[in-house]
Amino acid sequence: MTRIKLNVDGVRYDDDVEPRTLLVQHLRDRIGKVGTVVGCDTSNCGACTVLLDGVSVKSCSVLAVQADGKAVTTIEGLAEPGGALHPVQRAFHERHALQCGYCTPGMIMASVSLLADNPDPTDAEIREGLEGNLCRCTGYQNIVRAVHDAAAAMADGGGAAPPQVPAQAAPEQREVAV
Amino acid sequence: MTITSQAPAAEVGAARKRKEDARLITGQTMWTENIVVPGMLHMAILRSPLGHARISRIDTAPALREPNVVAAFSGRDVADVQGSLPCAWPVTAELVMPAHPPLAVDEVCHTGEAVAVVVARDRASAVDALAAIEIDYEPLPVVLDLEAALADGADLVHTDQTTNKAYTWIFDSAQAGTGGAVDEAASGAEVVIRRRYRQQRLIPAFMEPRSVVVDATGDQVTVWSATQIPHVLRFLLAVGTGTPEHRVRVVAPDVGGGFGGKLQVTPEEMITYLASKRAGRPVKYTETRSDSLLSAHHGRDMIQDIELSARRDGTVLGLNVRLTANMGAYLGLVGPGVPILGAFMYNAIYKFPAYRFECTGVFTNTTFTDAYRGAGRPEATYAIERIMDELAVEVGLDPLEVRRRNWIGHEEFPFTTVAGLTYDSGNYEAATDRAKQLLGYDELRREQAARRASGDPVQLGIGVSTYTEMCGLAPSRVLGSLRYGAGGWESASIRVLPTGKIEVVTGSSPHGQGHETAWSQIVADQLGVAFEDVEVLHGDTRTAYKGMDTYGSRSLAVGGFALVNACKKVIDKAKPVAAHLLECDVSDVEFADGAFRVRGTPDGGRSLADCALAVFAAHDLPDGVEPTLDADDVYDPVNFSFPHGTHLCAVEVDTETGRVTIRAYVAVDDVGRVVNPMIVEGQVHGGVAQGVAQALFEEAVYDADGNLLTGTFVDYTPPSAADLPDIVSDRTETPAPDHPLGTKGVGEAGTIASTPAVVNAVVDALRPYGVDDVPMPCTPERVWQAIRNGGGQS
Repeated sequence: MTRIKLNVDGVRYDDDVEPRTLLVQHLRDRIGKVGTVVGCDTSNCGACTVLLDGVSVKSCSVLAVQADGKAVTTIEGLAEPGGALHPVQRAFHERHALQCGYCTPGMIMASVSLLADNPDPTDAEIREGLEGNLCRCTGYQNIVRAVHDAAAAMADGGGAAPPQVPAQAAPEQREVAV
Repeated sequence: MTITSQAPAAEVGAARKRKEDARLITGQTMWTENIVVPGMLHMAILRSPLGHARISRIDTAPALREPNVVAAFSGRDVADVQGSLPCAWPVTAELVMPAHPPLAVDEVCHTGEAVAVVVARDRASAVDALAAIEIDYEPLPVVLDLEAALADGADLVHTDQTTNKAYTWIFDSAQAGTGGAVDEAASGAEVVIRRRYRQQRLIPAFMEPRSVVVDATGDQVTVWSATQIPHVLRFLLAVGTGTPEHRVRVVAPDVGGGFGGKLQVTPEEMITYLASKRAGRPVKYTETRSDSLLSAHHGRDMIQDIELSARRDGTVLGLNVRLTANMGAYLGLVGPGVPILGAFMYNAIYKFPAYRFECTGVFTNTTFTDAYRGAGRPEATYAIERIMDELAVEVGLDPLEVRRRNWIGHEEFPFTTVAGLTYDSGNYEAATDRAKQLLGYDELRREQAARRASGDPVQLGIGVSTYTEMCGLAPSRVLGSLRYGAGGWESASIRVLPTGKIEVVTGSSPHGQGHETAWSQIVADQLGVAFEDVEVLHGDTRTAYKGMDTYGSRSLAVGGFALVNACKKVIDKAKPVAAHLLECDVSDVEFADGAFRVRGTPDGGRSLADCALAVFAAHDLPDGVEPTLDADDVYDPVNFSFPHGTHLCAVEVDTETGRVTIRAYVAVDDVGRVVNPMIVEGQVHGGVAQGVAQALFEEAVYDADGNLLTGTFVDYTPPSAADLPDIVSDRTETPAPDHPLGTKGVGEAGTIASTPAVVNAVVDALRPYGVDDVPMPCTPERVWQAIRNGGGQS
């Protein structure tokens, strides 16, 4: 077991984890962040996408120990503490960019990251930017519309652009038990 | 509450944003995998690595010595109690139905078949301990090819059967009295076109992997499952396990897509039940994506031999369809019936005078097949729309013109087809005109001609699909005549709470379709209450105890009918109460715009909430008035629902690389009146995406030993955003005359329509190269090969 410290959606968690534990398993099974879901086992679908220190990662492709000392933002931490939705969340709702909603947490987090990199993307840039996130319901068209809307809203100051990255938990010296 | 004469705005027809979204966009969703029950254990399943083998030895005892393992068992341990998974659609009396034990006992018949399980404290321990199970297989011959499977002396898929043929089912219009004989039609025809089309095997690939939690520890067995069919599951679990039905509760929580793939009573659900019984603890099983692709049922996989007879002027005289359908190793819940759902659709929107359909279901050592979005109808639509294009080429007509010469005119409805169905309404001319206009059809034809003339290495193709389909499954009597095991009705209940808020219970079971929103809109209009004051409950047999669930584009077409009926009953029950409050005779009460009023008196009405409070108190009700406004309805449809439309697709094909790019896609659908145009458009987008995926991207492939080569999303490739085009979606509106809302089904339409539109476009682009077919999916390699081979069938 290895001791890790994570800041997840603004709360610090210290846990002993098996080295093989994936970040997504740790988030779901230990921390209770079940808003982040698993859709495949080959890192193709992107349903488990979260932000790690503000950058999108597929949390099935990161070991929990690799996230030690970092800040994780999940879909559950995206809205403002008062409950105001992030512009991307709002746009997904307004544009009917989800149906069953299973891909949605990952799709929203990937879109947030995409807009942080490119605040005014073209259609093609959105489609390529979200290539790592599969949706089986929507045909993506309304997702593309939603990302455009969110981009416009964020440009208009309709919400803080990239999510605030909470202060990092201090990494500490450790030995990794294998 | 005093009612003003201001009429509330109509909800039906408005693009209401969805109620469901709030939890889905914030990560508050209740997926089955999120459910944790006190004392719950986790199960892992050992699956066969071989396509066909005898299990000569299996020992699960070593797994029990692994840490955290509570139970381990194989099919042999539960052989006496596990029963056989149900097939509810034995399409013929002679159907061959091999036993389908949830856990294989002596013989495995496809790769991925479950053979043993481990139940442990945590999932990782369960998965780890699978490696300790000792199992010896004796390989048996693997049967994969449909035609070889039917040959004399073929190896057998099941060693305890004498044949690989499941059934042959025939419809002949001459025998049915709905048309002539196809042989006579062909013998007198100026043109006879024969084609073989291959419906490749697909995988529904819903995004939420299947998951099930069973708590069989108490008096009542509770099952949470990511299923489309909680009510069917409850019934069959009770029948299959001998648990009294009233002691079985099934909950479908939030379900992450289905597309027919969760229209199944699965081995995994039954095995988890067995595990909970044996362990005496609640047990959860959640599949991996690899497990899902390997063992959740597949779809399509048919060979279509089509013969179309016509006159030189393009008038079709007869259609003969011979279908060979791959059942896989077992018969799924409705698997044998899937091709039969297509049987009534090969004649499509056309006035064919003679039609014959013969389907042979065949077993192979592959994962069993069953419903996938459209279930039989996309296959039928593909074949007829492909061969109508061949007819157009043969007789030298534009593909739309050859269709026009055969289709049912809008003034001819209701129209009884050669397959015996009565289409209620439609306007193929209007949808086609609109689609042509939106695509710029004539202009694109001119551009195509120019590119052909100049020898442009990037050729333009225009694909046509004028489809209809039968959905709104289904009239119970028709289902009975087709030997289906259940009815096709749907239920709705309205509970009027004392404060005037409304609870709606639907027996349909949504998994992305937006019922909570659409049902609220309907009820708001019917009862004159606010959209926000309606709560829609579903998917839990404790609250929604009666239902036939969601598939076959049926929820609104059938369940919406029941909902409107139930609302009318509520109003009827409220009228005597309102009359009492208004101090008038009940015959003088009218209900309009959300208010009960004395006829001819515009002001001073009473709301449903007033009546609800009055029956809640019940202090002062007239004699004989029951103190409730609640009402139920169960509706059995009298006919199917027949949406239709015209989809046009323009593709650019790079003849040097074989790459296909969709340049424009227009979908004009007529689904009758719509409750929520935003949701309808979303259904069309998603449906088209899945149809395009069949045309261009997806195929489940087995190797010669029966190993699934497309067992992950690396190899089975649902399209990403970068693979799909924007589509232009529009509607024409021909109301369903028998439906109180005028609506038709929409869930499958896009998938049914789009596959032939895309492939017709690809083939159309390549006509100058002598190409008259490209097998699906039309990958760059296949397109390139077709060009090099001048790949034609004619």
